[in-house]
Amino acid sequence: MGALMSAPPAGPQEGALPLGAAAPGAETAPSGLFAALIARDLRLAARRRADALLPIAFFTVAVSLFPFGIGPEAQTLRQIAPGIVWVAALLAAMISVTQLYALDLADGSLEQMLLASPPGLAIGLVAAKAAAHWLVTGLPLVIVAPLFGLMFDMQGVSIATLTFSLLLGTPILSLLGGLGAALTLGLRSGAALLILLIVPLCIPALIFGAGAVSQVDAGLSARGHLSLLGAFLIFTALMAPPATAAALRIATD
Amino acid sequence: MTTSFRIFQFAAPARFYRLAGTLVPWFWAAFAAFAAIGLYIGLFRAPTDATQGDAYRIIFIHVPAAWMSMVLYVVMAFWAAIGWAFNARLASMVARAVAPTGAMFTFLALWTGALWGKPAWGTWWVWDARLTSELIMLFLYAGYLALVSAIDDPRRADRAGALIAVVGSVNVPIIYFSVKWWNTLHQGATVTLTNAPKMASSMLVAMLLLTLAFWAYAFAVVFTRAQAIILERDRHAQWTADAARDTGPAGNAPAIPT
Repeated sequence: MGALMSAPPAGPQEGALPLGAAAPGAETAPSGLFAALIARDLRLAARRRADALLPIAFFTVAVSLFPFGIGPEAQTLRQIAPGIVWVAALLAAMISVTQLYALDLADGSLEQMLLASPPGLAIGLVAAKAAAHWLVTGLPLVIVAPLFGLMFDMQGVSIATLTFSLLLGTPILSLLGGLGAALTLGLRSGAALLILLIVPLCIPALIFGAGAVSQVDAGLSARGHLSLLGAFLIFTALMAPPATAAALRIATD
Repeated sequence: MTTSFRIFQFAAPARFYRLAGTLVPWFWAAFAAFAAIGLYIGLFRAPTDATQGDAYRIIFIHVPAAWMSMVLYVVMAFWAAIGWAFNARLASMVARAVAPTGAMFTFLALWTGALWGKPAWGTWWVWDARLTSELIMLFLYAGYLALVSAIDDPRRADRAGALIAVVGSVNVPIIYFSVKWWNTLHQGATVTLTNAPKMASSMLVAMLLLTLAFWAYAFAVVFTRAQAIILERDRHAQWTADAARDTGPAGNAPAIPT
C-alpha cells in the first residue's frame, strides 16, 4: 500500500497530485488515507481557485435574481427567503458536483485509487471526495448564508436557523451529488442528467431545511425539522457512500 | 425428470421470447374483456355520486393508474436488482421494458387527477401530498429512463439503472412522508382525499376490474417490449434470425443466408 500511495498516478497531467504528496510518509491506515484524499482535493481546489469559487458565485447570482422576478416587497421576500436560499444552494451543489470524478477519471488517478483500494476503502474514497466537495462548496455557502438573510431582512433567530439547517443539509447535497456524479461519469449531457436523477432524492432535505425556518417564523420550535434533517443526514451518510462506490465500479468497469 | 416444469428455463432470452409471444395475445384478450366489463359497470351501472355527480367516474381510470404506477416502480426496481446481483440478462431487460409503461401510468394518474380536480375542487392542481409525491414518482421514472438511454453499453446501462432504481425505491417512503409533513405544515387541510365516502359495491367492482385490465395491459406491453429488446440485443445470435423468420409477417420473411 505504501508503494502504491507514493507512486504518482499513471499518465500524470497538470494538476494531478500523487496521493502521498499531501502527507509524505504518512501512515497508510484508513483514517490517514481519508485525510490524505481530502487534503489532495483541497490542494487541487486551491490551485484552480477560479473553479472553486464558481459555485459560490452561482449561488450569489441565483439568490440575487429572485427579487427581480418576484418584486422588491420586503414582506414577500422575507417570507420566501429560506426557500430561495435553499433552492439556490441545492442547484449550486448539483452544478458543482458534476466534475467531482471527471478530472480524476481523465488523468487516470480514479482507476488507480479504485485498484489500490479493497471494497471497504472505495467507500472511504467516495466519502473523502464528498467531504472535500462539501468543504470547498458547501461550507462557503453556509458562511455567506447569513449575509443573504440580512439582505432579505430576516430576523436574527431565523437567520441562525437557516444557517444551521444549511450546515446540516449541505453535506446531504454533497453526498447525493457524489452519487449522481459517479452514475453519470463520462456521459454526454451528464450535468442535466445528474440534476434529473438527484434533485428528487434531495427534496426531503429541502423540505426540512426550509421548513425549519418557516417554523421559527411562525413562532414554533424548529427542533422537529432539524432533527429530521439530521436523521436524513445520518441516513444519507450511511447509504450514499456504498452506493457511490458501486456506481464508480459500474462506471469504470 | 423431463416432464417436470422448470420456471427458470425461461430465464434464457430465447425461451422467454417464445413464451412471451404465446402469452401476449391472451393478455390483450384479458385486457379487452376486463376493460369492457369494468367500464360498462363503472359508466352505466355504478350510481351517480351525491356530491360530485358523474365527474367522479374518472376514478375508475385514475385510481388503478395510480396503483399501477407504484407497483410497476417496485417491479422495475426488483427485476433491475435481480439482473444486477445475479448478472441475469433477462431480468435487466424486463426492468428496462417495465419503465416506460410505469412512467405512462404515472402520467395517466396525474393527467386524470387534474381532469378530476377541476370539477371536484375547482382547480387543476393542488400541492397535495399525494399529487406531489406522484409527480416526484414521474421524475424518478424519467431519471431512470434518461440514465439508461444515456449509456451506450447495455450492461453498464442495466447496472447503473438498477442502482438508481434501488436508491429511488429506498427513498420513496422518505420522500412520501416528508412531502406529507410539508403539506400539512404549509396549508391547512382544505382538500382531503383520505376521508372518502363509503363506496358503493358496484364502484369497487368496476375499479377492481379496471385494475385487472391495467395489469393485463401492462403484461402485454411489457412482454412485447421485452421481445423487442431481446431481439435487439441478441441480433447476432442464430436463434433470433430463426425467430424473425418464424414470426415475421407472412410472405415477408427475410432471406437469411445459412
